[in-house]
Amino acid sequence: MRHSRHIAILFIAYASIARLAAQSQVLRWAGDPEGGAPFVEADPSRPEQVVGFDVEVAELLARGLGRTPEFLNVTFTSIDQSIARGDADIGMSGIEDTPARRATLAVTMPYYEFREVLSVRDADASRVRTLADLRGRRVATLAGTIAYEILLRAERDHGVRAVSYEDDVHPYSDLVIGRVDAVLLDNVLAERRRRAMQGFTILPQTIAIGHYVGVLAPSNGPLRDTIDEILRRAMRDGTLQRILTKWRVWNDDQPKLYARLLAGEPVDAVTGLDTSVSVATMTSWEAARRYFPSLLRASGVTIVLSCVSMALAVLIGVLIATGRVYGAPPVRAALLGYVELMRGTPILLQLFVLYYGLAAAIRLPAFAAALLGLALNYAAYESEIYRGALEAIPPGQLEAARTLGLSERQVLTLVRGPQAFRLALAPMTNDFVALLKDSSLVSVLTVLELTKETQIFATNLGSWVLPGSLCAALYLAMSLPIAALARRLEQRWRSPAA
Amino acid sequence: MAIAGRMTDARPRNVVLYVEGVQLRRGARVVLAGVTCAIRRGELVAIMGPSGSGKTTILRAIAGLEPFQAGRIGVDGVTLEGGATPPSATLRALRRKVGMVFQFHCLFEHLTAVQNICLAPVHALRVAPNVAAARAHELLRTFGVDNRADALPRQMSGGEAQRVAIARALAVDPPVLLMDEPTASLDPARRTELGELLQGLLRQHRTLVVATHDEEFAREFATRIMRLKDGVIAD
Repeated sequence: MRHSRHIAILFIAYASIARLAAQSQVLRWAGDPEGGAPFVEADPSRPEQVVGFDVEVAELLARGLGRTPEFLNVTFTSIDQSIARGDADIGMSGIEDTPARRATLAVTMPYYEFREVLSVRDADASRVRTLADLRGRRVATLAGTIAYEILLRAERDHGVRAVSYEDDVHPYSDLVIGRVDAVLLDNVLAERRRRAMQGFTILPQTIAIGHYVGVLAPSNGPLRDTIDEILRRAMRDGTLQRILTKWRVWNDDQPKLYARLLAGEPVDAVTGLDTSVSVATMTSWEAARRYFPSLLRASGVTIVLSCVSMALAVLIGVLIATGRVYGAPPVRAALLGYVELMRGTPILLQLFVLYYGLAAAIRLPAFAAALLGLALNYAAYESEIYRGALEAIPPGQLEAARTLGLSERQVLTLVRGPQAFRLALAPMTNDFVALLKDSSLVSVLTVLELTKETQIFATNLGSWVLPGSLCAALYLAMSLPIAALARRLEQRWRSPAA
Repeated sequence: MAIAGRMTDARPRNVVLYVEGVQLRRGARVVLAGVTCAIRRGELVAIMGPSGSGKTTILRAIAGLEPFQAGRIGVDGVTLEGGATPPSATLRALRRKVGMVFQFHCLFEHLTAVQNICLAPVHALRVAPNVAAARAHELLRTFGVDNRADALPRQMSGGEAQRVAIARALAVDPPVLLMDEPTASLDPARRTELGELLQGLLRQHRTLVVATHDEEFAREFATRIMRLKDGVIAD
């Protein structure tokens, strides 16, 4: 008996050591392959594999560490948080060096220097030189990047209107079709899009200079130092140059950067943007004070968007429900088809189709597309609530109304509808609160609402605790009054029985 | 199934409501197998019969709520033909002639007593709201429930709800009032009050047709009793 217990303990210990050993043989690295070339992208010939210069740099690092690289797919804006919680050893996906990252994560030495450049439509190329020339115009970029910070400052200083995107492809397609007037992004991204798309010009002026780095968890300092040593070696022996040349991103800026790094000179995270006021270096109170007005503004967008789309959804939902209860068979079938289509496909897909998919036919402004997308989707759910409520009204109520001489329309509007509305109120309130939160999905259409603004705040701060708490408080401040109002209405309609 | 002969020629004078050979089936089940009767203005006719004999169905057919396959129903000059969907103009005209009080009252749950009574005069007859409200209060006073004017149906007792339902039906001033099992939810004292109330309506030259199981009520207050059995008038 004692023997077998010893054997079991030995087996568990052996298994644990073997697992640890296997883990240490792997370098897990996180990146986002969505529109990620030349950084990270799915290999067109083998979509289950990724290719790109960051992929090859990760392989270089793994080789130097004597490990096998293992890729972890993480959304670009979540890479920092994913690394901080230990999902992967290192994050690399064109990640910018910023004071916030230096303050909250273990950041490697830079391995690439990029320039923030403006792109404009060909016709505007001769008129625009700097951001100051874009007063009152819409300038697009990726949210949570240095370029976005630059645009926020330019909003204050030059009156441009910053528009944030979730990916680096649609800013350029929207530039060409006229939804935005300029794009500010890394020269790497701009040049890649320029090779694939006509109709815009990359301006030669440099707005700011930044660097790509790898990010590790703050506790991973020793691994970061080893990785820096591998990078230095690769800079010296030309391995990095070979990788970057292969991916057509090598240029004259890189030898200068490498010379400074190898000489031990310090390299600023960003040149051309005053980062001394970064939120990452502020106290939480100061950061909250600075970001709160923009969170409030974003809450305004959320509440307007939710209220107007809910009103539209209710209106369309009532029409659909009425058609399904009173309509002829073909009308009922068509409306059922609409409801099933809207309920059976993701709202995110519907928003993409409405905004980007139909852009060739109807060029809806982002806010209008967001509003319509939410309204059309929620109308399907609302219609089912109203249909159920209409059908729940006892037939005796309708017959009593008919015997009094009311027309069918009057029966609906004076007797059936008002009673159904009382039944529908609770699920409607539920849907309104759900819509309030689902409105965060429209950030994919460049609408800067509360969740997106919070995400930007969190990225810049390097923590979700404070931004998340503020965001939750604001959502509650919006949803609780709605629930309270609905409760009051229900109580008023539910007077005591005799 | 025998169809009763047409009684147009033999119809007694002063008939306000007639039913001629009405047949009504629900699927394979025959509910009315050729009902024929004539009711004179100012009568209170009690239709009696066992459960399932078609008492409620004949009232619903007269009120235009139940389509029937054959026969004819006429109410004060408005005729419904069996086997055809009545034109909406006919139904509109019928609603001015016939009021109905349902067994479970069917007051509109979201409206107070006064609002229930005013709804049809204001919206179907285009009576001014203040005139309709004054008439509603007068009806409630007549039936002794004016203190419940602002009560919702669920706040009323069965007897109160029934009186409000009668007031609602009378608010559009129909010459014929149909009532389905009016005594079903009443205690003896309330039943007597109801009978007296209905006799008051007779004095206003209204015609009442009451479907009931209540033999005693029928004997005491009805001017005539008709018995339905197996879908036909037995006597």
